[in-house]
Amino acid sequence: MARMRFLSDAERCVECNACVTACKNENEVPWGINRRRVVTISDGKPGERSISIACMHCSDAPCIAVCPVDTIYQTEIGIVLHSKDLCIGCGYCFYACPFGAPQFPQTGNFGTRGKMDKCTFCAGGPEEENSEAEFRKYGRNRIAEGKLPLCAELCSTKALLAGDGAVISDIYRERVINRGFGAGAWGWGRAYPNSGS
Amino acid sequence: MPRSTTSVATMKNNTATYARKATVIFLLALMAIFLTNSFSQTGSLAQAQTQAQNSQSPVGAPLGNSSDSDMWRAVKRGDRGNVSIIDKKSGVLIQSGGQFLRDLRNGPMFSYGAAAIIGIIALLSLFYMLRGRIRIDSGKSDVTVTRFNSFERFSHWLLAISFVILGLSGLNMIYGKFLLTPLVGKSSYGDIAMAGKWLHNFVAFAFILGLVLILIIWIRHNFPNRHDIVWLLKGGGMFTRGTHPPAKKFNAGQKILFWLIILAGASIALSGVSLLFPFQFSLFADTFEIINRLGFNLPTELTGIEEMQLSLVWHSVVSIFMVCVIIAHIYIGSVGMEGAFDAMGSGEVDKNWAKEHHSIWVDELESKERAKAASKQVAAE
Ligand code: HEM
Ligand code: SF4
Ligand code: SF4
Repeated sequence: MARMRFLSDAERCVECNACVTACKNENEVPWGINRRRVVTISDGKPGERSISIACMHCSDAPCIAVCPVDTIYQTEIGIVLHSKDLCIGCGYCFYACPFGAPQFPQTGNFGTRGKMDKCTFCAGGPEEENSEAEFRKYGRNRIAEGKLPLCAELCSTKALLAGDGAVISDIYRERVINRGFGAGAWGWGRAYPNSGS
Repeated sequence: MPRSTTSVATMKNNTATYARKATVIFLLALMAIFLTNSFSQTGSLAQAQTQAQNSQSPVGAPLGNSSDSDMWRAVKRGDRGNVSIIDKKSGVLIQSGGQFLRDLRNGPMFSYGAAAIIGIIALLSLFYMLRGRIRIDSGKSDVTVTRFNSFERFSHWLLAISFVILGLSGLNMIYGKFLLTPLVGKSSYGDIAMAGKWLHNFVAFAFILGLVLILIIWIRHNFPNRHDIVWLLKGGGMFTRGTHPPAKKFNAGQKILFWLIILAGASIALSGVSLLFPFQFSLFADTFEIINRLGFNLPTELTGIEEMQLSLVWHSVVSIFMVCVIIAHIYIGSVGMEGAFDAMGSGEVDKNWAKEHHSIWVDELESKERAKAASKQVAAE
């Protein structure tokens, strides 16, 4: 069975932030919240690299493990989703997440952080697929429409790949071979340990 | 068209030329690959392939650009890059402290915490079975003395009730998911947890107020004195009938409890406030700096998220410890000892009880009263 993953190729990302914008627009993400971000290392220096990062939909997700409520769950194809009805906004998931993925509408306003928001792999939430309620809370459910996340679909250099882990890691491996250098995809060791790919 | 008239022989000839050309191109390509590889120091294709399979190591290992791997190592360590969005903190690509939080919170803290709470209850039950209720040895008298005035009782109950609410709603954050979800279902449990969180966040302020109040009103009774050693050596007379080591208003056990509540309570309150207002304080970096002056070598450069992780773990560990302490305190203040509850209930205790447990305090009260009566008499004359 397919196992959905993100892959960000630092050798290709040109920091155009199209993925960030696409995500905000497609999911109508609230003001001030970024489900995806592009981080540039050594900005302006030789060897500068950028990485587009959001929830990696970890295989043994730390956020699920520490959540004191049953807010977060993983679908059959490995997408990590959450229920905003159950979330109590404690922020534990953010403390546990290696990639800083969970976001909160308010960060420190007297403990009222509000409901957690994060990348859904464009797969909505527990509500009925493509319903109004689902869209309002979680954004578009492109997976239900047979489409991949918009960020990766839009990426002009195909630095950001989304899809079945086996397929995208093959694409990436081919790139590494053609380049003649490089190693595993960034963050995969942490997000998908024992993945073998 | 000339092509269409070509004979079979020329076609064969052509094929041979193509084959020769292909061989030359193939050899050239091989040479090119060989040359590129000997110029790049990364080695063969096979090596690149094995590297690609190793998902643990970072991408971008260089062609003679050695600073690349340093850069990725720095990222792995949690160094911050640049982002074009407002939240500059999000420039950190990866943080590893979450693993420690998860391991501890879902591992030892969870199981040892439960064991400690169950353990203390078991221990107290055993004590009750062996020793029974500690009676007033000399029986009840008809006279009572005022032990705690209404303001003292108010402060105590403010602290106590808020502690119980905070303790229950806090423990719910750790154990509720496993204990209550199977009973009430996910959705109702979500409501319970939400209510618990609101209670926890607001009642916290009552707890802090209670803490400050008891500190102010009782600190003067809680400095150690020589009677405390005797009291402790005799186990407070708790284990043997008829033994009553002397004590002032508070005995050594109560003094230890007082300081535990003040110190652990303050520590819980500080870490709690840092959880309430995330990323505002550097509680642990500051504390570690002070501890380091005693010769320790704790990290003083902590990221915001490490501060939060430590606050969460510390808050719950100290809380569980205090829950155990307070369970024992509740036991001795209610079922464990005859006459004890009145002190905080009505504030009036039986005189015989007071004489047994706080002999010096009673003496002091009596001499004060005598002095008062004497001065009144003087005034009347
Ligand atoms: C004095 C002020 C206190 C403050 C400001 C405070 C604040 C907090 C906050 C903000 C949390 C995180 C969950 C949430 O957002 O609700 C929390 C968790 C917790 N609190 Fe408190 N608290 C206080 C006192 C206490 C006391 C007195 C106890 C125990 C008797 C306690 C036990 C706990 C426990 C067990 C947790 C769960 C930790 C975990 O899930 O690992 N707290 N507290
Ligand atoms: S990246 Fe963070 S939020 Fe996403 S699954 Fe992993 S731990 Fe959870
Ligand atoms: S903020 Fe919400 S999703 Fe995150 S751990 Fe707390 S309850 Fe779970």
